[in-house]
Amino acid sequence: MSELRIMRGREWSRPVRPARREVLSATPELEEGRPPLLFVPGFGHGAWAFAEHWLGHAASRGFPAYAMSLRGHGGSEPAPEATLRAYAHDVVQVAAGLPRQAVLVGHGAGALVVAHALARYPARGAVLVAPVFGGWGVLGAALRRNPAGTLPAVFGGPLRLSRGQLFSRELPDEEARRHVARLGRAGRRAQWALLGAPDAEPAVGAPPVLVLGSPDDRVVPTSALTGVARHYGSAPLLFPGMGHDLMLDARWAEPIDAILDWLEKEPAAH
Amino acid sequence: MSTSTDHGRPDPEATPSALSRDDRPVSDRGDTVCVIGAGASGLTAIKNLREHGFGVDCYERETGIGGAWNWRHDRSPVYASTHLLSSKPFTQFPDFPMPDSWPDYPHHSELLSYFERYADHFDLRSHIWFGTEVIRVEPAAGDRWNVTTRSTGGYGPERTSQYAAVVIANGHNWSPKLPRYEGLEQFRGEIMHASSYKDPAQLRGKRVLVVGAGNTGCDIAVEAAQQASRCWHSTRRGYWYAPKYVLGRPADQVNDTLLALRVPLRVRQWLYHWTLRLTVGDLTRFGLPKPDHRVYETHPIANSQLVYYVGHGAIGPVPDVARFHPYAVELADGREIDPELVIFATGYLPRFEFLDASVFGDSAGAGRPTLWLNAFTPGHPTLAVAGLVQPDSGMFTLSHWQTVLFARLLQARRDRPERAAAFAQRVRDRAGERYSGQVKESSRHWFEVGHADYLRAVERALHDLEGK
Repeated sequence: MSELRIMRGREWSRPVRPARREVLSATPELEEGRPPLLFVPGFGHGAWAFAEHWLGHAASRGFPAYAMSLRGHGGSEPAPEATLRAYAHDVVQVAAGLPRQAVLVGHGAGALVVAHALARYPARGAVLVAPVFGGWGVLGAALRRNPAGTLPAVFGGPLRLSRGQLFSRELPDEEARRHVARLGRAGRRAQWALLGAPDAEPAVGAPPVLVLGSPDDRVVPTSALTGVARHYGSAPLLFPGMGHDLMLDARWAEPIDAILDWLEKEPAAH
Repeated sequence: MSTSTDHGRPDPEATPSALSRDDRPVSDRGDTVCVIGAGASGLTAIKNLREHGFGVDCYERETGIGGAWNWRHDRSPVYASTHLLSSKPFTQFPDFPMPDSWPDYPHHSELLSYFERYADHFDLRSHIWFGTEVIRVEPAAGDRWNVTTRSTGGYGPERTSQYAAVVIANGHNWSPKLPRYEGLEQFRGEIMHASSYKDPAQLRGKRVLVVGAGNTGCDIAVEAAQQASRCWHSTRRGYWYAPKYVLGRPADQVNDTLLALRVPLRVRQWLYHWTLRLTVGDLTRFGLPKPDHRVYETHPIANSQLVYYVGHGAIGPVPDVARFHPYAVELADGREIDPELVIFATGYLPRFEFLDASVFGDSAGAGRPTLWLNAFTPGHPTLAVAGLVQPDSGMFTLSHWQTVLFARLLQARRDRPERAAAFAQRVRDRAGERYSGQVKESSRHWFEVGHADYLRAVERALHDLEGK
C-alpha cells in the first residue's frame, strides 16, 4: 500500500469529467439512525444487481440502502473510455451526496473501485464482496475457466462472464439466464487496469473493512480472497456453495445478513 | 452512529471542576480538544480530530456554521455576487468533493450549502457550542490550555474549561484594514469598507471610487461599472489581471498542469505573460499602470471582466489617492475627482484578541505570528492555527491537511513521543518559513503561500512525523 499523498496534481489539473449516474434506493420506513449503505457493482453489472434482493433486505433491517451504476453501466451515462479513476470518482460523488457518512459495499471489481474510493472518502466502513483486485493470477484462473469470454478482454474487447462462473447450480436456469443477459461491459481502459492496477492509497479515516466471498467462486480464487483480506488485516468470511455473484445467487440472504450483523456489531461502523 | 456522549459538549453538572484560576472554577475537559470557530477551517478541524479519535468542543460566536461564507454573519465579507476565485478541485475538501453538477466556480450560497452538508454528513453540529465566543486562551501547566468563554455579546457568566489542545480557526477576513489619508475626516461623501458592501443596489446611480486592486476591489469595480453612474478604480501599482478561463478550461487547472510537470517558475512566468499578451494584450493601452513585478509575485487576481469594462470605458483606472478634500478626492497625479461614494477594498488584518501576542512569538503585537507551516507555534506543541494562509488557490484543502497533521501530532504525543519531540524541534528551528517564492512585502502578503510549495511542505512534515 502506498503512503498518504497530499499532492494530487492530476486531480487538480485534470479533474474527472462529470457523468450522469443511476442510483437506486430502498429506505426503511422508520429512520433508526443507521448508516446508509452504498452498493457498488462490479464490472458489467449495474445497480439492478443489488435492487434484485439486497437493497430491499437491507432496508427491511433498518439500513437506508443505495445502489449505483458506474458510468457506462446499467442506467448511467455511456462511457466507453472510462478509467478506474473515473469509477472511483463516481463512487465518491454518490457517497458524498448521501445524507450521512456511508458504508461502501463493493462487489467483484467494484470492490477494487471501492478500495480506491476509500482513499478519497472517509467511509464509516467498507465491505468487499468477492473482490476482484486483478493481477496475473486472476487472469490465469479466468482464462482457464472461460477462455472464450476472457481472451478478447486482454485485447480491449468485452469481458464475458459465463453462468457457471457467476452462479451456483442451485439458481434456477431461467433466472441465471435473465441475469447474464443484463450484463454489460466495462471500459477497456478500466479492464486493463485490472492487470496492473496501481495500489490504492491508504483509506482515510481508518474504516473497518470486512471481506467476504465463496470458496466455490469461479472468478476469484480463494488465495486471492485471502490475500485481499490479509491486506486489510483480517480473514475472509466464506459462504461455501455460492457463485461469484453472491447477491443474485440462490442463497443471497446469507451474505447480506452476515454483512448487516457485522455492521450492527462493529463499533466503528455505528 | 457515533454519539457525543463521551467527548461531546462540556456538561457543567457532569464535569468535575478540579482546578481553579483566580478563584474561578475551571472545568477539566480531559483529552478533549478545543476548536475556535465553525467556519471552513473549524469544521474540518472538528471532523479530522474526531476521525483521529479525539473529543472536540467547538465554540462559534454566531448561531450557524460557515464563518465568512455565511453572509448572515455580521463578520462575513461576502457580498451578493461573490463567486469562488479558484475552481472546484482546488476549493473542495480533499475527502468530500463538491457535486459534479455544480459549476466550475460556485456561488457563495452553494458554498454555504456545501458546509451545511459537510457538517450533517459527518455529524459535526453536536460538537459545536453556537452563540458562544472565546474571550481568553491561556497556557496552563502540562501543555494544556484554559479557554474562557461567554455568550456572544457579553451576556451571561464567563466559563473556563481546560483542554488538552487548541485549534484556532477564527478566520482572517473580518477585521477591516483601513488606510489613513489626509483630509479623510473632512470628506463629505459616503465612505465604506468593502466588508460593508453587500449588494449592487448600494452602487446604483452613484459616482463611485473603488480603492484597492485585490479580488474584492476588482469585483466591486466591475459591479460599479454596471450599476453606478461613474466608476473610478484606484490602484497603487499595476497588477496582472488573470482571466478565469484560458484555453477553454479554468485557468488554475491549466496552471497546475504546468506545476504538475514541474515547469520552472521563470518558464511559467514567461508562458503566463505570453498568454496574457495574446488575450488581453498590453494593459497600459487601457490606461492601467504597468505591473512593477512579475506574475506570481503578488496574490493573483482572477477577474475576466475588469479589463472588459475598462475597455468599454465603464471603469476609469486612476492612480493612488493622495488626499481627500470635502467634496473631491485628489489623486497622486494631481487630478481631482468627485465621487459620492468611496469603497475601500483594502483588505483585512488577522486578529487574535483572545490570545496574548507573546504566545505566538509576536511580542511586538504587530499581528504577525511566527509560525511553522503557518500553523505551529514554537514552544507550544498543543496549539495550532488553521487557515492562517493566503493561498494562490483554494483554502479548504490547506486547512484540511493542517488539521490532519495536527491530529496526527497529538496522536504521536501519546503513542510516539520521540516523533512528537522531533516535530517540536522542527517547529522551533523553522518557524517563519515562507512557501511562496518571492512576493511583494506588504501586510497582505506576509502569509501568502503557493499551494503547491505549501502542500509539499505539509506532506513532508506528515511523512517525517510518521517515520516514512
